Amino acid sequence: MTKQRTSKTMLSIKARKGDKFALIKATFLACACLFVAACGKPAPHGVNAITFCSESNPASFNPQLDTSSTTADASAHQIYDRLLEFNPSDGRIEPSLASSYSVSEDGLTYTFQLRKDVSFHETDYFTPTRNFNADDVIFSIERWRNAAHPYHDVNGGFYPYFDSLRLDQRIKSVERINGYRVEITLFKPDSSFLANLATDFAVILSEEYAIKLMTEGRPAEIDRLPIGTGPYKFREFRQNQYIRFTRNENYFLPTTGPDQLVFDITSKASLRMAKLITGECDAVAFPSQSDLAVIEERTDLTLLEKPGLNVGFWAFNASKAPFDNPKVRTALALAVDKTSLLEAVYLGQATRAKSLVPSASWAYQSNARELGYNPVRARELLDEAGIPYDFSMDIWAMPVQRAYNPNALKMAQLIKSYLADVGVRVNIISYDWNIFRENLRLGLHDSVLIGWNADNGDPDNFYRPLLTCDAIPSGTNRAMWCNKQYDALIEQALLTDDFEARTQIYHQANALIFEQMPLMPIAHAFQYQAVRNDIGNMQINPYGGIRFDTVERIRRGDSQTFELSIQTQNENKDDDEDRN
Amino acid sequence: MLKLLVRYLNLMVLTIFALVLLSFFLPFLFPGDTLTNISGIVAQSAEQRAALEGVYQLDKSVFHQFAFYIESLITGNWGISLSDRANLYDDIQLAFPATLELVAYALFVSIVIGIPLGFLSGLKNHNPADFSVVTFSIVGYSFPVFWLALIFITIFCLQLEWLPLSGRIDLLFDVPVNTGFILIDIALSDISNKYDAYLDALRHLILPTASVAIVTTALFIRFTRRSIMDVMKKDYIVAAKSRGFTQSQIFFKHAFKNALLPILPMLALQVSTLITNVMIIETIFSWPGVGRWLIQAIYQQDYPAIRIGMLIVSLFVMSLTITIEFITRAIDPARERAESATI
Repeated sequence: MTKQRTSKTMLSIKARKGDKFALIKATFLACACLFVAACGKPAPHGVNAITFCSESNPASFNPQLDTSSTTADASAHQIYDRLLEFNPSDGRIEPSLASSYSVSEDGLTYTFQLRKDVSFHETDYFTPTRNFNADDVIFSIERWRNAAHPYHDVNGGFYPYFDSLRLDQRIKSVERINGYRVEITLFKPDSSFLANLATDFAVILSEEYAIKLMTEGRPAEIDRLPIGTGPYKFREFRQNQYIRFTRNENYFLPTTGPDQLVFDITSKASLRMAKLITGECDAVAFPSQSDLAVIEERTDLTLLEKPGLNVGFWAFNASKAPFDNPKVRTALALAVDKTSLLEAVYLGQATRAKSLVPSASWAYQSNARELGYNPVRARELLDEAGIPYDFSMDIWAMPVQRAYNPNALKMAQLIKSYLADVGVRVNIISYDWNIFRENLRLGLHDSVLIGWNADNGDPDNFYRPLLTCDAIPSGTNRAMWCNKQYDALIEQALLTDDFEARTQIYHQANALIFEQMPLMPIAHAFQYQAVRNDIGNMQINPYGGIRFDTVERIRRGDSQTFELSIQTQNENKDDDEDRN
Repeated sequence: MLKLLVRYLNLMVLTIFALVLLSFFLPFLFPGDTLTNISGIVAQSAEQRAALEGVYQLDKSVFHQFAFYIESLITGNWGISLSDRANLYDDIQLAFPATLELVAYALFVSIVIGIPLGFLSGLKNHNPADFSVVTFSIVGYSFPVFWLALIFITIFCLQLEWLPLSGRIDLLFDVPVNTGFILIDIALSDISNKYDAYLDALRHLILPTASVAIVTTALFIRFTRRSIMDVMKKDYIVAAKSRGFTQSQIFFKHAFKNALLPILPMLALQVSTLITNVMIIETIFSWPGVGRWLIQAIYQQDYPAIRIGMLIVSLFVMSLTITIEFITRAIDPARERAESATI
């Protein structure tokens, strides 16, 4: 409206005033033209690219250093590969960088035969002179296993996943047999060992790059400017804005992925949703629960859904008074009505958590004891523990959305109002995600709303990292709770292969958690991902980070199929036949 | 003239000093640990605390601390962010050009549209063209900027799906940062599809610029209209008419310049409104400018960032206002006596 009227009036001026207005008129027409031109359908970009709207900044580009799924999303399956890989559809372990592997009779020695045709990324900052070989495997494992390794302490020296499982103490040696054969010997048999090598965290780094950085005196850059073997090469990262990747032309497996992959870091779920609708994002992480219906209604969007192997909880810092008192912890858990949290925060897209593992796991205990909502009893317990009226505590609410807790801030506000009823004042605290977790690891919190996403289907992957003593320094035990009896139970559960016996042990652990209440389990949630329909082959990876190697762009805008994209498809046609 | 310059420089220096002084005291007034508020680091141990206190001279007198603060401001050592440990100087250096860019476009659009429309309306007052322009300006001026932006997003982005709603350019265009001004950066870059990049950047510009510019345009229309109406009543215009000059001769020889003169100081007054609006718009359109950055910092209670961000924004607004005021005086010294206290 405005535009039309203004240009018309300008034209009428021109008619009367002669050429003196020519310049203004020209400028004006130009503006009007631009506006009209710009209002057309999106112009083709001429590049085969995918934009993924992620929810936060990765802490680094090395998933060994971090258990956050943001870090894993940004690096684990884009930049790196592992020796072994989970098949995303059935969870079987498949060879990846290892072309084959064998396990000795006694279950102590694992031999990996490596691929010979894998090269590391060639980027602006590194040009590899040799292909991937046994030295890279040894370097990658020794970095977290061997505290004396020159790279062990680079960038913190914490390897939370491996530390929390004490994997470094289970491996006796990592030996090079020849250039393409590696032998790993364990102290005692461990049936979950291969699964651990297939998780997001067991990535293979380049030894050659590490040596180069070390001789140049800037080893810390290994996790900031990453070099891997994966389907995408790292290009640029800008905090709170974007991460750019380009396609690895020499990837050893056939890929259908785009030439450019961009992570558009958008922390607000509503904004990610809006960008998905306008087409500025091709796929989004963690769509908000309230938007799910909208996504399903729209014909240009697809909602992917999977029951998640996760648990959201409220952990109390048991290393700090007065939260070291189980009575206080129980009282706080009693004061909060879990049902309303489930309704208000998850909008019914989650099941109530009674203990740590969800019902999808074989160790799930349907009759596990759980606390009801009882503010009167809560106040009594607080009085018994000597907590005065108007006692003030912090609740840390994580600043990012996760399936297991889509809106921690809202949950914290609800809890705040519940606790006010029993005379406890609450400060809600939130930092940037990376600082948040670092401060949690240091134990600066009173209590925290957070959760856990499993990396493999074994219940040990819940019980051990979340609550054992060993998991405190690595920062996955958010309750900072250390109980020898619990640790013994978890250790005992791994010694047997009998599911029935293990289930019984985990039930005992559940009882102990109920009694001690180091954390209040809240929910097991569904996992969602929303994509535009012109993106094909997108899947939810239940075992960790998002994957873009087999994702493909079908077209963008109206019916503009990309020449480049067709070319890529033709190139890969032979390889793709079995996939299509 | 020199006297004028000295006077304005003096005013500027004094105001800067007051602002710096205020921002110096902010960390002491913010809640929480003063050391953390200043340094952006949560001290983990007594040694680290002592070391940090040494660095920021907290163990010395307030004068030492203030001197150190000024020194670090000048040397670009602006500290680090509490929430993401980013270097604040680098952050602001990246964010500020984006804000300036949006301010410049909005100002340009407002001038190009507002002033001609104002002239038109003032010259033709009380006819339908005038009424429609005046109506538009009243409606435009009455819209709250953030509301207008949301309406634009709802209509043009979500319903019609014509325009993008966030950022300065589609991230798929890999434009390296040189100046921080996206249109200039595209020109300087060596990407292959520059035409597409320009088109895309302009598409990103339309809604944020329009949202800010509508209010400012409405203001300019009203200023110009009032000014030309006043001028046209002046004796020298009547004299020119009586001498038989044509309408266009009168307008270009006599009315145009005289009507523009009072508009310039008005522009100075509007700069702060414009920047405030731009900062709000940045947040809504995820424009990577200093407003969005500052609001994120406030949201995360990132005190070191809030302190430096507020200082930089207020310094910018203040120096711009004083500069425009100075230029106005320099062009039109006759106003000096009558309105010497307008700031």
